[in-house]
Amino acid sequence: MTSRRDLLLAAAGGWLLGGAGRRALAADAVPGADELGTLAGKKPLIRRSWRPPNYETQLADLVPAYTPNDVFFVRYHLAVIPEIDVDTWRLKVGGSGAQKPLVLTLHDLKHDYERVSLAAVNQCSGNRRGLFTPRVPGVQWGHGALGNAEWSGVRLRDVLKRAGVAADAVEVVFDGADGPVLAATPDFLKSIPLERALDENTLIAFEMNGHALPHWNGAPARLVVPGWTGTYWVKHLTEIRIETTPFDGFWMKGAYRIPTGAFPGARFKSQETPETTPITEILVNSLITSHVSGAHLKHGAKAELAGKAWDAGAGIAAVEISSDGRQSWQPAELGRDLGRFAWREFRYRLDTSRSGPLLVAVRARSRDGAVQPDKLTFNPAGYHDNIVQTVNLEVG
Amino acid sequence: MRGEVTVAVLAVALLGAGALAAADESAIRLHEGPGRDLAAGRCAICHSLDYIVNNAPILDRGGWQKEIQKMRERYGAPISDQEAQQILDYLAAGYAGKP
Repeated sequence: MTSRRDLLLAAAGGWLLGGAGRRALAADAVPGADELGTLAGKKPLIRRSWRPPNYETQLADLVPAYTPNDVFFVRYHLAVIPEIDVDTWRLKVGGSGAQKPLVLTLHDLKHDYERVSLAAVNQCSGNRRGLFTPRVPGVQWGHGALGNAEWSGVRLRDVLKRAGVAADAVEVVFDGADGPVLAATPDFLKSIPLERALDENTLIAFEMNGHALPHWNGAPARLVVPGWTGTYWVKHLTEIRIETTPFDGFWMKGAYRIPTGAFPGARFKSQETPETTPITEILVNSLITSHVSGAHLKHGAKAELAGKAWDAGAGIAAVEISSDGRQSWQPAELGRDLGRFAWREFRYRLDTSRSGPLLVAVRARSRDGAVQPDKLTFNPAGYHDNIVQTVNLEVG
Repeated sequence: MRGEVTVAVLAVALLGAGALAAADESAIRLHEGPGRDLAAGRCAICHSLDYIVNNAPILDRGGWQKEIQKMRERYGAPISDQEAQQILDYLAAGYAGKP
């Protein structure tokens, strides 16, 4: 199949990183030139939209094991994004399924609950939407609507337990301070199943990589749902509601849905219909960070392919490399295990002994047996692109 | 959290751009054509105009019609039937299947 990706390869050699206002051409990339932009407190990111702000991380900034805060991707649906004064900020915990509603300050969160940290990939549901074939509307993300960070905060379940979870509670709903311009626009609220809310790994995080959350990543506190896509990681948390009925907000019933049964991953039964169901867990995936299509390798010189592999939390069992058009696969060397929700670095020595084109494909395998597919499962919203990535290199 | 911001207040906010995420989106210029000011004015209430430019290669006239309908019905965009038609004609002429 001659895909759009292949057609782009010719233009891909000039991939470069520049300052604000310069353009970066990425291989295996969203059509058109990427424009860089700089939000306050951030280094240049690839701007996908000005307002609401949607900015993705450049490939070179996905090389570190932990994605630095100042290059971590930014994703908003609604354009009113207040700067929050942490001294007056309050987090309400209530809802129809809360027996003892609470109002918490940041001080309360930091001092009245056990502090926990974990590393986890935060990946936008629509990461790589811009690479979809056929193309679908929406923010045209390339590869960089994800990052790996160490998140620190408190367990959501510890907070919920103090608020008293009713026996008939089914979901927990989250609201953040960001909101719509128009009163008629649905505010961005999300829910997760009660069992996921009570999972020990679901956090209310107020730190990222050892520092207070950046404004653009949800200060002063955000939800962290390791293994689930970024849509559930509600930023600028203001209210948590334990509910005894399924939440019927637009952002659950009318967005972030995939065809029922089309993909693996946890089911969200209280939100499922025969036709569609909410996107939930990240699928096993990988990304080459060392090379892009069009790169030249010196004949006979040492060349190492490197990148990241991740899944929803089973952990990465293996990363395999093919240099012969996906006919045979060789294991890559895996880097340090940062935790089952984090990504895993991989490295592989490329064979540069023969001049000519070198087509390199990478596929990750999860400990639960899942492996990246060759073919995209099309869905209208452009989610879950985890197909095997190939780069066209040139040895000579 | 819901901000009770009216269109009038928003227009002021757009001029000041103080509360908004990015201050320099005014650099985005839509193609000349009948309906441009209407399209730019209505769409920019809630989002920058690069959403139009970036989705242009993907959407044909029917696709734009669905998008406009979604903005009106799901997101509450204040666009009348007549205005919707003018905006559709504008987008279909300048931004359907074109970068």
